[in-house]
Amino acid sequence: MLDCGANPAGQEIAGMSSERIIQVERDILGKNDRLAADNRARFHADEVLAFNLVSSPGAGKTSLLVRAVSELKDSFPIGVIEGDQQTSNDAERIRATGVAAIQVNTGKGCHLDAAMVGQAYDRLPWLNGGILFIENVGNLVCPAAFDLGEACKIVVFSTTEGEDKPLKYPDMFAAASLMLINKIDLAPVLDFDLARTVEYARRVNPGIEVMTVSARTGEGFSAFYAWIRKRWAKAKRAEMAMQG
Amino acid sequence: MHEMALCEGIIGIVEEEARKRSFAKVNVVCLEIGALSHVAPEAMKFCFEAVAAQTIARGARLEIVETPGRAWCMACSRSVEIKQRYEPCPCCGGYQLQVTGGEEMRVRELEVD
Ligand SMILES: Nc1nc2c(ncn2[C@@H]2O[C@H](COP(=O)(O)OP(=O)(O)OP(=O)(O)O)[C@@H](O)[C@H]2O)c(=O)[nH]1
Ligand SMILES: [Mg+2]
Ligand SMILES: [Zn+2]
Repeated sequence: MLDCGANPAGQEIAGMSSERIIQVERDILGKNDRLAADNRARFHADEVLAFNLVSSPGAGKTSLLVRAVSELKDSFPIGVIEGDQQTSNDAERIRATGVAAIQVNTGKGCHLDAAMVGQAYDRLPWLNGGILFIENVGNLVCPAAFDLGEACKIVVFSTTEGEDKPLKYPDMFAAASLMLINKIDLAPVLDFDLARTVEYARRVNPGIEVMTVSARTGEGFSAFYAWIRKRWAKAKRAEMAMQG
Repeated sequence: MHEMALCEGIIGIVEEEARKRSFAKVNVVCLEIGALSHVAPEAMKFCFEAVAAQTIARGARLEIVETPGRAWCMACSRSVEIKQRYEPCPCCGGYQLQVTGGEEMRVRELEVD
């Protein structure tokens, strides 16, 4: 029998046979966390602001990015890493705007991990002082646990999904700094209850910022860009303060 | 699916420990899993068996110790226990909670031969 609470760390106890207990005390995702820290250091050195976009399948991450990169590419160097289980459709949609995109196929994997992002970043042009958008695999569970080295996570939630998603998948909404409520153009048809969605999201994350957008019509994007520019300027100021 | 990736992480740790501390067989792997970490113990055990099959942890039993979810209530200025992330503060009923514990996913100990 193994008593999981009893032994002080580091001590090995000889059993009856050659059996012994080894104290390990290591995070299961420790390796990913170390690689994420490496990515973060690289983004920092390149002064790149990285966002990790997460959502259910089909919430509109790629549509949103296609619009955003088209409209921001004259202001910042931009690169996109696209995670999908199969196909390079999403990277091709981004490239059609003239912005560099690397497709990562995760196969059976249901999330991007830090190693994949590090390798994809190697293959992007130098984004000196720019913005990296990472579109994670459409999945509201696993990507919450895998740090990629991003500055923050943006959760894209669409009006077609049902207001209680934040309660059903609390980890993701807890991990995100910003919730973009997409497909707001459909809200009237769907009787979408915005106030309720926001209330649920704030239950799991009192500090989450919320914006409504439509990747189809462009509604709400100027506020999103203002948010990005504010984060970018803040990162710049922190950079300058560090350099003294 | 999430559990699959976690099990691969566990096996990676077990294999590294086996090299460092030279053992050849693992009987029990003991995990510490926070109540808020969204890991389903049954799914975890199922995946572990599959992932461990071709490794040094083959046939090992997985034991899971669940640690409670804890949060700091900003309204009450105290630490409280919660079972789920979306739960209100048990004292004041509010949602001004900052999670402080219960997100752990760790390998605690191994029983080896
Ligand atoms: N009406 C409406 N439809 C949208 C909007 N944004 C995206 N869509 C549609 O939603 C569908 C999915 O959009 P995508 O951008 O591919 O979604 P995604 O999140 O990238 O999907 P995955 O990468 O497969 O998870 C497409 O048919 C889009 O045209 C929007 O703001 N309004
Ligand atoms: Mg997509
Ligand atoms: Zn309280």
